[in-house]
Amino acid sequence: MLAKYSSTAAATLPFTGEPDGVTCAEKKARPVAAMLKIAKYVLYDILRNRIVLGYAAFLFVAALTFFNLEGDGSKSLMSLLNIVLIVAPLVSVIFSTIHFYNSYEFIELLVAQPVSRRTILGAEYAGVGGALVAAFLFGIGLPVAVFAPDARGFTLLVVGVLLTLVFVSLAFLAAVLTRDKARGIGLALLLWFCFSILYDGLVLVLLFAFSDYPLEKPTLVLTFLNPVDLSRILMLLQLDVSALMGYTGAVFNEFLGSTLGVALAYGCLALWVLLPMIWAERVFRKKDL
Amino acid sequence: MISIHNLTKQFGRLRALDGIEAEFSAGQSIALIGPNGSGKTTLLKCLLGMARPDNGTLQFEGSDLTRSDTYRARIGYMPQIGRYPDNMRIGQLFDMMRDLRGYPENVDEELLDEFGLKAMFDKPLRALSGGTRQKVSAALAFLFRPAVLILDEPTAGLDPLAAEVLKAKILRERNTDRVIIVTSHILSDLDEISTHVLYLMDGKLQFFKDIETLKTETGESRLGLAIANVMRRHANENQASA
Repeated sequence: MLAKYSSTAAATLPFTGEPDGVTCAEKKARPVAAMLKIAKYVLYDILRNRIVLGYAAFLFVAALTFFNLEGDGSKSLMSLLNIVLIVAPLVSVIFSTIHFYNSYEFIELLVAQPVSRRTILGAEYAGVGGALVAAFLFGIGLPVAVFAPDARGFTLLVVGVLLTLVFVSLAFLAAVLTRDKARGIGLALLLWFCFSILYDGLVLVLLFAFSDYPLEKPTLVLTFLNPVDLSRILMLLQLDVSALMGYTGAVFNEFLGSTLGVALAYGCLALWVLLPMIWAERVFRKKDL
Repeated sequence: MISIHNLTKQFGRLRALDGIEAEFSAGQSIALIGPNGSGKTTLLKCLLGMARPDNGTLQFEGSDLTRSDTYRARIGYMPQIGRYPDNMRIGQLFDMMRDLRGYPENVDEELLDEFGLKAMFDKPLRALSGGTRQKVSAALAFLFRPAVLILDEPTAGLDPLAAEVLKAKILRERNTDRVIIVTSHILSDLDEISTHVLYLMDGKLQFFKDIETLKTETGESRLGLAIANVMRRHANENQASA
């Protein structure tokens, strides 16, 4: 276990398995330092191909348009929410997968260097995730800070950032699982399609099929299993339109209206960021390159 | 310095490496020979931790190298086909490699100078010809004065002048604290730079001997002829046993 924490021991050290006289804190600090160094190059590479800059500009223009058309009320935030729920995951998932495959040379180069695979994957994640989150915070965050600097706007930003990270994680998982670029992108798109479109349809079918039974609790559980739905509900509760959701909405309101419920919901979103990434790291560590 | 025990690696149904046993000591310069697809590159990739062995152990100075990343600070690797990030420039690539290792002093820039790479530091890596890529790979492999040098087809794609420069460099770097492992199909090159021969076929180790012994045994004066002799004998033995 400890070996992987010593990934950046100086080149001049004789190889002893573990460099002597290195404290535990230093061991943890070094991969982070190496990770940030590599992430710097990943970020540099991303900025050169301008796609993320275009994405930021698009979000910025869209947000400004909505706020100008519909004022700073819940209505424009609702419109923005739809962009956040559809566009942010889609762009994140496609961009991350393509970037990962295009970085194959870079990754190959690094695995022959004294850095651990975990550090390499972490650096890729930090670079890609950081760039997409920065683009989101610029494109949506800036207009929101001007037009809706309140709890609603803040929730939209938090949800958007988390959702971006969730789909970067899913994209990395898809890219690590398949060697073939076309298949990897296909798998990543399929994941997006499932969570954004298919899942709701399936839930509806289930609700119709079992409409004779009380379904509030199962619906709540089903919502937690889909990061996009979870984000939508979290935002809708802020916008006070949950009354439109009928009795189920009341259950959501009761559960997610409490501090514990909201904490659980955000915790669940965080798990959606972490779990695919942990899985991806496990696969990547054993992968032949 | 490196000991390999019962190393096995499977790609689907293909057994790329099958129970390899070998011990590389400091001072040896090993020529890794075998037909295409005999597992040479796979063996090197296992040593580098790029491919994960299915079975067996790989040790570097007594420690299991599949559990460590630090040992790679002491390995210089020149891949068969150097693939580098498109958007980076040559200078940035070298800078990043030094950055990753915390800018060690006393780096070996001889090849950078001899190949004239410093004049091309502003060139993006995507615009490089195959030969220039090879030069970059070679310069990187020697840069940190590694204890183990792994060179996968080093002279392939280099012009005769550059190939001679690289061979001279390898000969200069051959010393008692270092292991050099070279694969190549150009046996005359290997004859000049190696002390030992490791012959692989279908993922199995056929023999691992020093070149002088091999030449005396076969009665040949050149490595190429000696290897041909051995291969012929193997074929005959296989026929006899069949």
